[in-house]
Amino acid sequence: MSTFLLILITGIGLGALYFLVASGLSLIYGLMGVLNFAHGAFLTIGAFTGLWIATKVFPNPTTWTFIFSMFAGGIAAGLFALLMEQLVITRLYNRHIDQALVTVGVSLVVTALLGGWFGFDARFLPTPLWFTKAATIGDAIIPVDRFIYIGVAAILLIAMLSILKFTRIGLIIRAGVENRSMVTALGINVRLAFSTVFFIGGFAAGVGGVLISVFSYGVSPLMGGSWLIYGFIVVVVGGMGSIAGSAIAAMLIGITNQFANYYVTGLGDFVVVIILAAVLLTKPTGLLGKVSH
Amino acid sequence: MSSLEVKDLHVTINGSHILQGVNFFVPENKVTALLGRNGVGKSTTLKAIMGLNPGTGSIKFGGTEIVAMPTHKIVRLGMGYVPEDREIFASLTVKENLSLAARDEKPNYEMVYALFPELLTRTGQRAGTLSGGQQQMVAISRALLNQNKILLIDEPTKGLAPKLVTEVAKSLAHIADHSTMLIVEQNLALVKAIAQNIIVMDQGKVVFEGGPENLQDESFVKSMLGVSGGHK
Ligand SMILES: Nc1ncnc2c1ncn2[C@@H]1O[C@H](COP(=O)(O)OP(=O)(O)O)[C@@H](O)[C@H]1O
Ligand SMILES: [Mg+2]
Repeated sequence: MSTFLLILITGIGLGALYFLVASGLSLIYGLMGVLNFAHGAFLTIGAFTGLWIATKVFPNPTTWTFIFSMFAGGIAAGLFALLMEQLVITRLYNRHIDQALVTVGVSLVVTALLGGWFGFDARFLPTPLWFTKAATIGDAIIPVDRFIYIGVAAILLIAMLSILKFTRIGLIIRAGVENRSMVTALGINVRLAFSTVFFIGGFAAGVGGVLISVFSYGVSPLMGGSWLIYGFIVVVVGGMGSIAGSAIAAMLIGITNQFANYYVTGLGDFVVVIILAAVLLTKPTGLLGKVSH
Repeated sequence: MSSLEVKDLHVTINGSHILQGVNFFVPENKVTALLGRNGVGKSTTLKAIMGLNPGTGSIKFGGTEIVAMPTHKIVRLGMGYVPEDREIFASLTVKENLSLAARDEKPNYEMVYALFPELLTRTGQRAGTLSGGQQQMVAISRALLNQNKILLIDEPTKGLAPKLVTEVAKSLAHIADHSTMLIVEQNLALVKAIAQNIIVMDQGKVVFEGGPENLQDESFVKSMLGVSGGHK
């Protein structure tokens, strides 16, 4: 029982990190049809910003400075995403292949620049001491960092769902995911919705980058690329354009990955691919997919 | 000024030349019906006016050239659009569909709900779960909420049960009384009831412009529209 609980909560924690990467990817693809390969770069930029805050600006980590690092990582990645959207994506309006290629380019440039500057070795991101403690639930001993990932992802999930549900721009985004040209035919300029989605997606990925640095014991220019793959898998399983779908798929994949790995080391990734194939074969639009184009 | 003047409009989609120099005029405060067989380019014409299909040539709306304008700007000049197949947002509620469309400072919800009282009882329902007729009411309401100068309506009775055709036709007749309208419609009884002008298209061109009295002439209808009598 205690092992079960440990694996379950670790799986949910991992799922929370996947969700932070996947939610933006899903919205960006859902609304604009852009396969954003630069999403991993957003994550890396968030992580390096968090590292800078945690080592240079506030070298004595406390809970508050860590929260600040996460926030700064989110803002930096969000602004970078916005910049990329304004400078590059808008100029390739509706040219989906060119847009995807350009995001690959951005991703390579960011990786190379950060690598040239900081090297490719992972750098430790200092955290408050209590992050390394463990909590006892019944007879299970569970490292507390899991709860941090879950808590932060839950807050961002609620925030994103609230924006989508209760604001005008959220209404435009939801409608645009379904039928973008009809939104413009109601006299609405969808460009603002595009920018919003890039910023929100970048923000979540940036926050995710800081947390992933804690989870995987370090910040490196290469971290974005490997997490991006999981992000794409989650988006495909959950359905393009659906935040709730991303959340469910992220949990499903995080949990099964951890359980499979417990029984056979390395089996986790294999099982994830099986889930992906099963969803693609039985429900190609994903669990909660909304995009029909 | 709410007249619409289309001159030498060409639209090419994926290499096929669909509109090949369309010319017509839609006068102010009148209902003009755009007719023709399936596939002649009626919907493409409306989409081109809306800026949804990029076209070349000239489209003047109340004197303003709109041919290369982005869609949302054209709409904000005062154009309401009811697309073929309705295109309501299925995952949004009726209320959300309407509030998305509302762009005036004081959108006219009273008028819309007076015209379609059924919608009032279903404001919280997802539009995708409405019947075809109710979805059409939502689609028409989106165009009526704002003070538009012209309404472009594409086959509003398509796919509706006969009883609903009558209901939608009645509300269109009511709207038609005091607006400029360009309507594509296969139901000739409805066209006769509301239109003051008719335009007939064939193979990407306008082949006739005139009065609706021509629709009384069986041989005209047969040669122009390929149908006989007043129905599809
Ligand atoms: N998106 C598109 N891609 C390719 N062909 C199209 C497209 N839209 C319309 N067409 C073609 O253009 C012609 C005119 O279509 P349309 O304007 O919908 O006709 P109508 O509304 O008069 O029935 C048809 O032959 C149709 O097949
Ligand atoms: Mg048509």
